[in-house]
Amino acid sequence: MKPEVDNDICMHCGACVGTCPVNAIFLKEVSVEISDDCAECGLCVKACPVAALKGGI
Amino acid sequence: MLVSEGDVLEYDVVVVGGGPTGSTTARFAARQGADVLVLEKRQEIGSPVRCGEGVSLTWLDELEIDDYKKWTSQKVVGARLYSPAGNTLEITEKMAGDEVGVVCERDIFDKEMANLAAREGADFMVKTSALGLIKDDGMIKGVKARSMGKNFEIHSDIVVGADGFESQVGRWAGLYGAISPNDIMTCFQYRMADIEFDSRYTHFFLGSTAPGGYVWVFPKGEGIANVGLGIQVSRLDGSKTPKDYLDEFISSRKEFEDGEAIDMVAGAVSVAPPAEKTTTDGLILVGDAARVVDPMTGGGIVNGLKQAKIAGEVIGECIEEGRFDDEFLQLYEKRWRDRLENKLWRNYMAKEKAMTLDDKTFDKVIDALSDLGLEKMSVGAILEGVYERYPELIKEFEDML
Ligand SMILES: Cc1cc2nc3c(=O)[nH]c(=O)nc-3n(C[C@H](O)[C@H](O)[C@H](O)COP(=O)(O)OP(=O)(O)OC[C@H]3O[C@@H](n4cnc5c(N)ncnc54)[C@H](O)[C@@H]3O)c2cc1C
Ligand code: SF4
Ligand code: SF4
Repeated sequence: MKPEVDNDICMHCGACVGTCPVNAIFLKEVSVEISDDCAECGLCVKACPVAALKGGI
Repeated sequence: MLVSEGDVLEYDVVVVGGGPTGSTTARFAARQGADVLVLEKRQEIGSPVRCGEGVSLTWLDELEIDDYKKWTSQKVVGARLYSPAGNTLEITEKMAGDEVGVVCERDIFDKEMANLAAREGADFMVKTSALGLIKDDGMIKGVKARSMGKNFEIHSDIVVGADGFESQVGRWAGLYGAISPNDIMTCFQYRMADIEFDSRYTHFFLGSTAPGGYVWVFPKGEGIANVGLGIQVSRLDGSKTPKDYLDEFISSRKEFEDGEAIDMVAGAVSVAPPAEKTTTDGLILVGDAARVVDPMTGGGIVNGLKQAKIAGEVIGECIEEGRFDDEFLQLYEKRWRDRLENKLWRNYMAKEKAMTLDDKTFDKVIDALSDLGLEKMSVGAILEGVYERYPELIKEFEDML
């Protein structure tokens, strides 16, 4: 399962975007989109400074 | 600027990202006569702030900036480093060769960089995202973009990727792939009001309070500061976030007893070696997108600005010669690497070593250095100083002496 973004927590900071090894995350102005390219590595989940991402492992 | 669905705009240069490096590239390119458009996806340049706001002042002449006061929040006279056991080292302006600098107002700073570009004739579009590159026969010839719900295209001779840590442009162009989790600092920061730190200094806390990184306290005036930390992504196991680490640090120290957080900032910086390649046919990368953040400090503003000036000047030459191919763009690679690369690599290696130190070693190192009363705070001087007291600590660093 690709990670899910909790928009109540997300700060739209882009830490997950730059961390993703397969470029599956895109940060729009106020939303984070994860595409089906996600390789489920879980790195973005760890990189998120505020635990707004769940799953992905 | 108004655009309608399906419009095609023509420019010499399109810059993706209205941060300080995007604006500065635009400024110097426009000065050489280029027609430049800067796209910024956020509705306001510089905001929300995603930065600790610490910046030196040694680069003002090079970047032709005459008034730093308008974006300065607090001038500092030195830095204090704290080891885990509380040993401290004070680095004064004199020791650091004027690199101590100021804590700035990043939103005002970024807007000023944009203002300087606009005054040279650059155009800006905010609330406008680049969505992809337009390629024609192997050359990059512009970007697809979206502004206020309208899809349109900008055709250009050269595209500049100044889109920061999250850079898509560099990835779309195939210039690089993933960054190692060892080389990413993920950060969290509060603006804390009503705290007790000496506001004439920046403060740095080393060791396992921020694994692989450090905690910073950068004053924004009396009793108020940016209090943040960066942690190496590879040191996080998912059980604790950077925010958790910072909350723990703050609740462990009496200086914050009455403190109130009045804002929150999250983000990440690369502390990687500089990108191996920052050009391709019709495209260049600058700033965080080119990975020129200082790997030792995580500071990226100054290196990015120096690189951006070179980028703007080279673009001027491209236009003069009518050449936008990768071969011609090696001018850019060469000039910025001559200017910045040695120090980036040296600090990358120093960071790699510093990452391996445990809390006890940080205690010893800070202790040894403060005893020495160093005159000058260069990496070389630090290593030699520690070598005198703890030769065994320095064995690994010997190649850098
Ligand atoms: C928490 C934190 C603390 C920091 N503290 C310091 C510090 O104290 N001192 C220091 O020197 N550096 C610090 N840095 C690093 C510093 O912020 C960066 O090095 C600096 O902002 C780099 O400038 P830039 O112009 O390359 O990128 P950015 O400032 O990141 O600008 C990139 C811009 O591009 C825009 N963008 C991205 N994608 C698109 C797109 N597709 N279309 C249109 N626009 C787009 C973004 O919205 C953004 O505005 C810190 C970073 C973080 C995260
Ligand atoms: S889980 Fe891994 S591959 Fe999937 S979006 Fe996150 S970082 Fe990218
Ligand atoms: S790292 Fe976390 S807070 Fe930042 S944009 Fe990604 S999901 Fe949101």
